[in-house]
Amino acid sequence: MNLVLLWTDMLVFLLVLAIISFVLVARRREHMRAPWRQVARSRMGMAAAVILVVYVAIGLLDSIHFHPRDHDASADQPRYSADVISVFDWIMDPVRSKVEKTYSAPFATHLYAKETVRLPDGTQDRIYPRLEHGGAHLSDPETQRLTDIATRAGMGLIYALVIWLLAVAVLVGWQSRGLQQPFRRRLADIFKRRTPVPWDVIIYTGAVVIVFISLATQLAPHYHIFGTDKVGADVFYQTLKSIRTGLMIGTLTTLIMLPFALFLGLAAGYFRGWVDDVVQYTYTTLVSIPGVLLIAAAILLLQVYMSNNPEQFSTPENRADLRLLFLCLILGITSWTSLCRLLRGETLKLRDIEYVQAAQAFGVSHMTILTRHILPNVMHIVLITVVLDFSALVLAEAVLSYINIGVDPSMNSWGNMINSARLEMARDPVVWWSLAAAFIFMLGLVLPANLFSDAVRDAFDPRMRKLQNN
Amino acid sequence: MIAYIIRRLLYAIPILIGVNILTFALFFVVNTPDDMARMHLGDKRVTEEAIEKWKANLGYDKPLFWNAEKDGAGQFTDTIFYTKSIRLFVFDFGLSDNGRNIAHDISQRMWPSLAIAVPSLLVGLLLNITFALTMVFFRATYIDTAGVVLCVILMSISSLFYIIGGQFLIGKMLNLVPISGYDTGLEAIKFLILPVAISIIYSIGSGSRWYRTIFLEESGKEYVRTARAKGLSEKVVMGRHVLRNALIPILTGIVVLLPLLFMGSLIIESFFGIPGLGSYTIDAINQQDFAIVRSMVFLGSVLYIIGLLLTDISYTLVDPRVRLN
Repeated sequence: MNLVLLWTDMLVFLLVLAIISFVLVARRREHMRAPWRQVARSRMGMAAAVILVVYVAIGLLDSIHFHPRDHDASADQPRYSADVISVFDWIMDPVRSKVEKTYSAPFATHLYAKETVRLPDGTQDRIYPRLEHGGAHLSDPETQRLTDIATRAGMGLIYALVIWLLAVAVLVGWQSRGLQQPFRRRLADIFKRRTPVPWDVIIYTGAVVIVFISLATQLAPHYHIFGTDKVGADVFYQTLKSIRTGLMIGTLTTLIMLPFALFLGLAAGYFRGWVDDVVQYTYTTLVSIPGVLLIAAAILLLQVYMSNNPEQFSTPENRADLRLLFLCLILGITSWTSLCRLLRGETLKLRDIEYVQAAQAFGVSHMTILTRHILPNVMHIVLITVVLDFSALVLAEAVLSYINIGVDPSMNSWGNMINSARLEMARDPVVWWSLAAAFIFMLGLVLPANLFSDAVRDAFDPRMRKLQNN
Repeated sequence: MIAYIIRRLLYAIPILIGVNILTFALFFVVNTPDDMARMHLGDKRVTEEAIEKWKANLGYDKPLFWNAEKDGAGQFTDTIFYTKSIRLFVFDFGLSDNGRNIAHDISQRMWPSLAIAVPSLLVGLLLNITFALTMVFFRATYIDTAGVVLCVILMSISSLFYIIGGQFLIGKMLNLVPISGYDTGLEAIKFLILPVAISIIYSIGSGSRWYRTIFLEESGKEYVRTARAKGLSEKVVMGRHVLRNALIPILTGIVVLLPLLFMGSLIIESFFGIPGLGSYTIDAINQQDFAIVRSMVFLGSVLYIIGLLLTDISYTLVDPRVRLN
């Protein structure tokens, strides 16, 4: 394996490191653990978290890129091919490599369009030709197809059941050892909802997830679950690849904007005076430019720059990756203002509280006051904003790609899928599966993200805590 | 009051100058007029003469900030920055890159945008308030929970799906209204129903959830407890006291949007082929017509600043305790 590190990959792993170190720090501090414990007790939030974990896992697997080894090279003299694939591509190879000629419906064995073919007896006829890969193992698709799908699905369900039972047994066994309780008592506690953390919800959601994964592994290598697109590529694979794009936009944007918003917001609120004036002026100016137009201007600019300097963008992957990064950057510039304003307001309040004044009277430096006394007390605002912004950013990607100012057209993303689906919906007969796949997988990410962010906000926002007590 | 408004308007000038310089930098400094000409004239083998001619026609042949060849004021006024950016302050938008008068286009295309934006805002507001009030009335029951879950689901669906789905279902399958297009006069209504309905449905999730929070916050206050203690029925408490007081944050939150209604909705207009300012902007982005994009950026910023000012004024009008200073 010959690893390739794209810019976005690097930032993703930086983000993962940051989250891990945050968890390590927060674990030992009770006041940081308490709100998270409340999140862990929310039934809706935990169900959402299980699904999010699956998405994140796919996104991370799709972020480890490498040059694959050429098949025809000898073992002692490895040669690497020029294209870049990810670990996820490698796992999905049985699906990725199966390219048909053009559109085919989900689970179809024949193309969606008629073609003129020469029959063995020399005459020509217009028929729906067989697919090269979808259902290719069947000798007579008409009669065998449904039974074949049903048996494979049945096998998938059986596997899922076995894996799920094993997983539950391991989980409950591990917990009962930790708690020094008998296995059956812990099991009864969980399913009668007597545990503080709703393990029953986690187990049920896990069951759903395992069933889906198991069905997909049984069916996807033999059929196109979500059909194929115009150039015959598998739509199921495309929509899974889009997960990484969506996650990147949702997280990297925040990662990029966070330092600016934190630094400027805290400085404006703490130092007041001319610093405050400058920061307020900057964000009012930025916020008064319509966001879409600022993004459009920046992307147009990047396009011109790229077409004038083609030598800096060696591979198509590199090009698409830098465009994604640039999009995150520009989305960050348009979205840091609201967080900055919130932080400034909160800092203005905090700096007049006695303990900050006491610190000032002791002669503690500004830097220390800001990092030790103010920053920890505004972190809940940062966290809530970051989590709430995530789903909005994923949705924004789709809209931007539709106006052609989103990610690179060659990159798999839900926005690009929807964009192409617009023409497909106008065809007769309708090609609906690209849109359906994008819809299902996008909802599958955004809905849990919204539910999870609600749980986080309820736990961290003092205003929300007050509302719940009413 | 008047002094306050004048001061705020004066304060807007540096912000607009900032917007202007920023957009100018985005469009001209990194991206030279030569690049623009090459992109507009299409293929890569354009001659130098063609580029010079295109620049001269549209006034891009001047220096960027400082014209050393002229005397007096001409040193400053005969530059791209002055002719293309400073002129925007007197709303002189000039010509688009393919030679149309932008100000005329804007005055024409404003009306279809308003025809969609105003009904969507009003009906949407009414529906959002109704739903939110119903949820708060039945708070902590299954109706409330179901309402919140429905709102979250509605919020989690991309606006593009509502549009494509609506066009497909209502326009193509049921054939109730035309899929896209626009007409003048009363004929326009049949083209407007679907886009208005879709933009309302799209906004209902986040809207009613937000209003629900406002109503909930309001119903936890002391005067509501007093009203209940007096023995008023829940209907009267909600309809009279909570609704009226909660309308203050709701209405002032909407005022900032009012001027921006002129800008139209980018996505809805371009999907439904409505000749408003939103689709104008999208077309300009797709054709890379920087003159139009620049004018729309400036117009948007002016309208946003007006919106902020109106918000502050509306605070004093609805709540006499707030003083402007």
